[in-house]
Amino acid sequence: MEEELSGGDMLIRALQDEGVEYLFGYPGGAALHIYDAIFKQQKVQHILVRHEQAATHMADGYARATGKPGVVLVTSGPGATNAVTGIATAYMDSIPIIVISGQVPTDLIGTDAFQEADMVGISRPVVKHSFLVRDCAEIPATVKKAFHIATTGRPGPVVIDVPKDVTDPSNTAPYLYPESVELRSYKPAVRGNGRQMRKAVDALLKCKRPMIYSGGGVVQGNAGEALTRIAKRLNFPVTNTLMGLGAFPGEDDQFVGMLGMHGTFEANMAMHHSDLIFAIGVRFDDRVTNSPAKFCPDATIIHIDVDPASISKIIQADIPIVGQVESVLSDMDVILEAALEKSADLPDKAKLQDWWQRIGEWRAAHGLNHDMPLTESDVILPQQVIQSLYRTTQGSAYVTSDVGQHQMFAAQYYKFPVGRRWINSGGLGTMGFGLPAAMGVQFAFPEATVACVTGEGSFMMNMQELSTCLQYGLPIKMVCLNNQALGMVKQWQDMQYGGRLSQSTYSDSLPDFKTLVEAFGHIGFRIDKPQDLDAAMTEAFSPKLKDKTVFVDVWVDPHEHVYPMAIKGGSMQDMYLNKITTTQQGDYM
Amino acid sequence: MRRIIAVLLENEAGALSRVVGLFAQRNYNIESLNVAPTEDPTLSRVTLTTVCDDKKIEQITKHLNRLIDVVKVLDLFDAEYVERELMLIKIRAEGAVRDEVKRSCDVFRGQIIDVTHNTYTVQVTGPSDKLDAFIRAVGKTTILEVVRSGVSGISRGDKVLSV
Ligand SMILES: Cc1ncc(C[n+]2csc(CCOP(=O)(O)OP(=O)(O)O)c2C)c(N)n1
Ligand SMILES: [Mg+2]
Repeated sequence: MEEELSGGDMLIRALQDEGVEYLFGYPGGAALHIYDAIFKQQKVQHILVRHEQAATHMADGYARATGKPGVVLVTSGPGATNAVTGIATAYMDSIPIIVISGQVPTDLIGTDAFQEADMVGISRPVVKHSFLVRDCAEIPATVKKAFHIATTGRPGPVVIDVPKDVTDPSNTAPYLYPESVELRSYKPAVRGNGRQMRKAVDALLKCKRPMIYSGGGVVQGNAGEALTRIAKRLNFPVTNTLMGLGAFPGEDDQFVGMLGMHGTFEANMAMHHSDLIFAIGVRFDDRVTNSPAKFCPDATIIHIDVDPASISKIIQADIPIVGQVESVLSDMDVILEAALEKSADLPDKAKLQDWWQRIGEWRAAHGLNHDMPLTESDVILPQQVIQSLYRTTQGSAYVTSDVGQHQMFAAQYYKFPVGRRWINSGGLGTMGFGLPAAMGVQFAFPEATVACVTGEGSFMMNMQELSTCLQYGLPIKMVCLNNQALGMVKQWQDMQYGGRLSQSTYSDSLPDFKTLVEAFGHIGFRIDKPQDLDAAMTEAFSPKLKDKTVFVDVWVDPHEHVYPMAIKGGSMQDMYLNKITTTQQGDYM
Repeated sequence: MRRIIAVLLENEAGALSRVVGLFAQRNYNIESLNVAPTEDPTLSRVTLTTVCDDKKIEQITKHLNRLIDVVKVLDLFDAEYVERELMLIKIRAEGAVRDEVKRSCDVFRGQIIDVTHNTYTVQVTGPSDKLDAFIRAVGKTTILEVVRSGVSGISRGDKVLSV
């Protein structure tokens, strides 16, 4: 016998049946029937945030770290609109989250009712799909479809907008959670096309200057192992995008660092001079390619992606392969293994050796400086802070970040051994993402070390969540690279606007962050001398403070810029190497 | 280049707004759009015309396919097809002009579907360029109102767009 349930109870029951652990949310009028249903059960734990944007980032951080969808509940109107930035953030990075929004009662929709906002309309360009529930009987199937759509194919956010009358306890319907869904209009590809894969393997074996360019699709598609296996078999250099870090081990010799706007010299040079780009789960973002017309002039391009719309969108692929990255890489590895057995002299080892040597020369000439001594100056360099964090956590932390210079330093200097450890807003670049995302990760893995690398600007965009950290005892460790400025904005103004720092500094009005976090009931440190850095970092991550939320406010050199930096309008080999040198000047190599 | 795209769409609230929104969001232009349910009431058929190059049309069809409500997409230019559009046009018709409009109507196989002492309302069907030609033909008279349905298109021969 099917049970008769109200819409509110059904919604929560459906989440239970989906195996949802946490619901990140904030109550309000249109969602109150649902909140009453939450009160009556224990299985789904509701996390009360302090701002709906943070709820979406928490769900997003949870999803990025676990691969499971994160779930959000907000009320209508302002609750829903506050969630939009987080939805867009998840959309741009293809992260599966489900956002349930209360809506005014059906008969008031369209009347400009109190707290009415057209959530389906407002969110439309930034969701994978959305539903407006018309009847409580539709709830189980709608929830099932929402989870299916969010988590399969190219993942993404799904909104379920639920008018208040639909969850009213006086309306009931039989509850049965569907076992599976069949959508005639939605059948994402899984396996790659055999002929294309054989063609790709052929190209891999014939090239002389290969580059594996892998991205967020490898992380989200859980294909790190498959990538590493094929990369090892071929002994090809690997570069990761900002979203792909960790998919290939950061400490591995074959890893040449991140590519793109702030990528390493050697990664960008090797891309530009490559004769074969093996692009996996990437989307040729403009922050990677620089000018598309000048992109990798000599390269054949193999491109694997689960989303056909990503292929040949910016850069024409010579060998496109549509399918799940993990499945395609595994199938290709089998084809490759067989091909290598037949012809042992492929790929051309000598040519590959030449290529590795060239990359080694690039790395030696202008690679990132990996041992910056802490004693040489009296100001802390931001890079040193990340190095200290890396040493202290032995590379094993989950690291979330906000957006700005600190984000790029973290991406450059923290080496991630596996995917899902580096969590940042790459596509939308949302300041305020770091802290709530770290909280989502900590909920998922209560025992893990979770660090948030932030800037004082970004931190202030969602710092109210320190209160949520206290409520749930989340031992996040925040490391703030405090340069007393909107550093990345300032860097552009220094470099492109003659140093006119329009609205990018505020050093006279910054709060004392140590006192601030103490007011929230947490532990604060303030460090401004290089010799104190390691000790403070060690203490912050010490067993003594294991259960504490800690904020390490590190005052860093406010004049430091992130380098390399792509020169706008150029190719990938056109970079600033520091404040005075560019690769366009004379014979840099 | 002008292209005609046929789309089978779930006949659901909000589905059409996703299609139209996609064009706005991705900066694709829509020249004409028509939509109505098919013989299967759960499906609508949309015909869209746009002007773009090959690379763009590929992106448009891929992004349309990505929409969950879109069941199938066909670029009619991929094979032989037939297109038709319906136009209703109200023309000031007085004195000698009445005969002139009638003659144009015959030439274009149009029908006069409403008459008053000083106006004709004419229905013309055919490919869009024929409708354009009719407008030019009666251009010397006073056109009071024009309503066009937008293009409907279908493949020739055995090829069908269905689920
Ligand atoms: C919500 C939002 N607003 C504006 C920006 C533009 N922006 C990018 S980086 C940046 C400065 C960030 O400052 P901070 O967090 O202190 O980091 P820093 O660059 O100084 O390390 C700004 C304003 C953004 N990315 N997100
Ligand atoms: Mg700053």
